[in-house]
Amino acid sequence: MTHDTEYNFAYLDEQTKRMIRRAILKGLAVPGYQVPFASREMPMPYGWGTGGVQVSAAVLMPQDTFKVIDQGADDTTNAVSIRSFFQRTAGVRTTTATSDASVIQTRHRIPEERLTEDQILVYQVPIPEPLRFLEPRESETRKMHSLEEYGLMHVKLYEDISRHGHIATSYAYPVKVEERYVMDPSPIPKFDNPKLGNMPAIQLFGAGREQRIYALPPYTSVISLDFEDHPFEASKADHPCGLCGAIDSYLDEVITDDQGGRLFVCSDTDYCENRRNAGHKGKDAA
Amino acid sequence: MQSETLSGGFTEPAIQSAHAFRSIMNAMARPGTIEQLDSAEPPAPLSKAAGTLLLTLCDTDTPLYLAGDVDCDAVRAWLAFHTGAPLVGPGHCMFAVGSWDALMPLNAYPVGSSEYPDRSATLIVESSELGDGMTLRGPGIQDTHSLSLPETAAFQVNRAMFPLGLDFIFTCGDRLAALPRSTEVV
Repeated sequence: MTHDTEYNFAYLDEQTKRMIRRAILKGLAVPGYQVPFASREMPMPYGWGTGGVQVSAAVLMPQDTFKVIDQGADDTTNAVSIRSFFQRTAGVRTTTATSDASVIQTRHRIPEERLTEDQILVYQVPIPEPLRFLEPRESETRKMHSLEEYGLMHVKLYEDISRHGHIATSYAYPVKVEERYVMDPSPIPKFDNPKLGNMPAIQLFGAGREQRIYALPPYTSVISLDFEDHPFEASKADHPCGLCGAIDSYLDEVITDDQGGRLFVCSDTDYCENRRNAGHKGKDAA
Repeated sequence: MQSETLSGGFTEPAIQSAHAFRSIMNAMARPGTIEQLDSAEPPAPLSKAAGTLLLTLCDTDTPLYLAGDVDCDAVRAWLAFHTGAPLVGPGHCMFAVGSWDALMPLNAYPVGSSEYPDRSATLIVESSELGDGMTLRGPGIQDTHSLSLPETAAFQVNRAMFPLGLDFIFTCGDRLAALPRSTEVV
């Protein structure tokens, strides 16, 4: 696809990009704090990554190599259309290889491969407020953040334990950033939570409908909330990948027929492909 | 109007500001890291780095305070033409530019509120040197980093107010480094 020069570089106008850029800088200065920004209407519906797209538009340079993943996969509708959007409007190179990308926009996963200092990870966030389902009023949640009043979140995790015997929250698992702000890591599986902290790459979070941007600078302390007697546990399906045999990657369960047949495969398609190219083979590989 | 006023801006605003922002973001995300910033040619005494930064981040929405020497006709006219940023006093600014001494006292600037800590000023400190110096620790720094600072106490007071506080960007010629409020100066 060719670069469409009818649009400004990376679609957004310069004044909008300046506003988003200022919000990103404040977000980096106060890690985990949600900075309000004047989210724009984008040529895609809310819920399809408008926040992530606006953040990507504000950070992209023409030299960048851009990768988009949706639940780990490069080949889903959302990932394909966002990738071609920036190919058209910013003329950037795109890739599906994690190690080749300088900017990675993601929906609900952190790549398996460890990111480097030269990379930027942009998250699409649906509900940025971790306390929203416990307290619907923005005025109240804002006060709770300002007073560092996070008891309600622990009550929620405790109720999980009393009901299920363990913390049943398995995605969008709340974290505490630099011992100050409780933050929603976006709906990534809690398997990915340990990768949030001490990450060499810059992590930026954009919520378009909710008009919030927040950020984690590299090597920031990010702790998943837990209890002494119920420590946080990063969990995944207890199987190896059916295609590449990996035992250390997050898996998707795929129903293969109506006889109860199922297949577990890596959700990170690039990771799985690299392993298969390197000769690894799972039990279900053809 | 002087021709100096009209020249020295970005020749390709979208591309040059994208590059400049990445350098600024990298500096802010990795406190103490020195980045190059030289795409604008502002009138003296404004440094290239400070000029480029102002063109990248400021517009009619960002009240700006010019402190000391930089508050001169040439700089005022250049910024008015290229950014349109309203000039205000330190109490109402989002950005302030000037030498460390001219920017004093620090308690004149907005530090945000506990509910909106982002509503705080970013101070662009024009410096005569930029290099190794004080030891920095905090988010964005793996172990420690080193940066020359005009003093220590002011930054420790600023850190103690976290999450409120001021964010600093030090400019020297065509180079820049940042010290957000989250950084601890040892």
